[in-house]
Amino acid sequence: MPVDAIVQVKDVGKIYEGGVEALADISLALPQGKLSTLLGPSGCGKTTLLKIIAGLIPPSRGEIWVKGKKVGGPGPERAFVFQDFALLPWANVVRNVAFGLELRGLPKEERDAIARKYIAEVGLASFESSYPHQLSGGMRQRVGLARALAVDADIILMDEPFSSVDEQTRRKFQEELLDLLRHKRKTVIFVTHSIEEAAYLSDQIMLLSPRPGTLSKIVEPNIHREGRSPDEIRRDKNYLDAVDEIWQILKHYV
Amino acid sequence: MTDSVERQSWVVKPLFWQLVSFALFFGLWELAGRWPISFAFPPFSKTLVALLSMIADGSLPNAYLSTLQPLLIGIVLCSIAGIGFGIGMGLSRAIEWFSLPIFIVLQAAPMAALIPLITYIYGIGITAKVLAVVVLAAPVIVMNSYKGIRNTNPSLIQMCRAFLGTRRQEVVKIILPHAAALIFAGLRLGLAMGFIGIVIAELLITPTGIGDLITYNSSVADYPRMFAAITSIVLFAALAIQALERLERKIFPPEIRGSENAG
Repeated sequence: MPVDAIVQVKDVGKIYEGGVEALADISLALPQGKLSTLLGPSGCGKTTLLKIIAGLIPPSRGEIWVKGKKVGGPGPERAFVFQDFALLPWANVVRNVAFGLELRGLPKEERDAIARKYIAEVGLASFESSYPHQLSGGMRQRVGLARALAVDADIILMDEPFSSVDEQTRRKFQEELLDLLRHKRKTVIFVTHSIEEAAYLSDQIMLLSPRPGTLSKIVEPNIHREGRSPDEIRRDKNYLDAVDEIWQILKHYV
Repeated sequence: MTDSVERQSWVVKPLFWQLVSFALFFGLWELAGRWPISFAFPPFSKTLVALLSMIADGSLPNAYLSTLQPLLIGIVLCSIAGIGFGIGMGLSRAIEWFSLPIFIVLQAAPMAALIPLITYIYGIGITAKVLAVVVLAAPVIVMNSYKGIRNTNPSLIQMCRAFLGTRRQEVVKIILPHAAALIFAGLRLGLAMGFIGIVIAELLITPTGIGDLITYNSSVADYPRMFAAITSIVLFAALAIQALERLERKIFPPEIRGSENAG
């Protein structure tokens, strides 16, 4: 295990009630300050693994270690971004973003001030008092991201955050996400089924095989992103190689 | 501009057709009464005159006072105990396990059949009438509260846990607000059942209030007054339920409700 691993997954397996084996013997080390992706076909248990790391689902076997401590549930050092956004329909953007802080008992003025700061960072400054139903899918996911950033966790866990967002919004959001997270030096664990998205965003891609999910390969795209435009990155040889390498493996599972 | 014009025609048209429908209904009633279908079926105009005279001589307002009292007591009892019980059933597997089957049976059973039994046990006082209201209204109020709790979006509960919410916060900040709209809808349906309960009780248990007006005027063959009493309680119930529905839509507009109408 590398020394700088902030999250360690040790021999984790998951068998659901009814005997469906979702994951078998997965061990991973997720480096601090990097963006790691769990990639695989539908049904490979990648979301299950992410939720086990988040402490939302108990593993059947194995252990999760975060910052050198074994964990058995959700913790303040991890924040989750949900695939379906999971926003409170009856609460406006400020209350939704501040919700994690509300649960921690921060006074209203304090938590609203923090929420406003992150709402501005994700580009929703003029929508503070809007309700989720008044926002597009992309904007709702920004609210979900701002909520995760607001609790100031070191690790952001994202479960297919762009899957219900249209392609243009998706690309723009990806770029902004990269900027924001690199700037904040967060550790990100990201679940996706898009090869391009994984190669474009990640420092490390963990490929999972389907039913039961096992770790089949770790790909490190090694793309030089500093000071380069998204289009340059998408023409980078390392990016294209990574996409191809992943496809060569995944196509056996289709 | 076109937008507002379109919206206007949307608002005006239903109102227009509703008025046409009322006019047609009362017109046919008038014709049928004058024909006459039966000696005991008065035309609309005579019923209306009888209604006004009953309001003027105070018999109708008095009847309402005595009818609404057990109805309100019954509905308030149901709202407190029924909602509480429904929420309990939604939150606790143990309570659900032993009481859900009972309420499923109660909701499907023709509860009006129990009213003679209530008379047998509790006599003919106000207790029996309140009980008649409770017996009819409680199942739908309990079941709606239960379903409201059970229909909570599991993703929101997971979100609450991921952000370190306690079970108490989960209930107070997610589950109850999520269920509020369905619980309120349950109250509205419960009130509708309560109207049925109170009228049956007044017809079967003790002739008081509106039930008395109907039975008495029927026995002395004053059919316009009997029909006036019947029409007034039907309209009163319809308007009360309609008002609650408006209120419901105002407090819980569909866009911000947690759950789509599952009740």
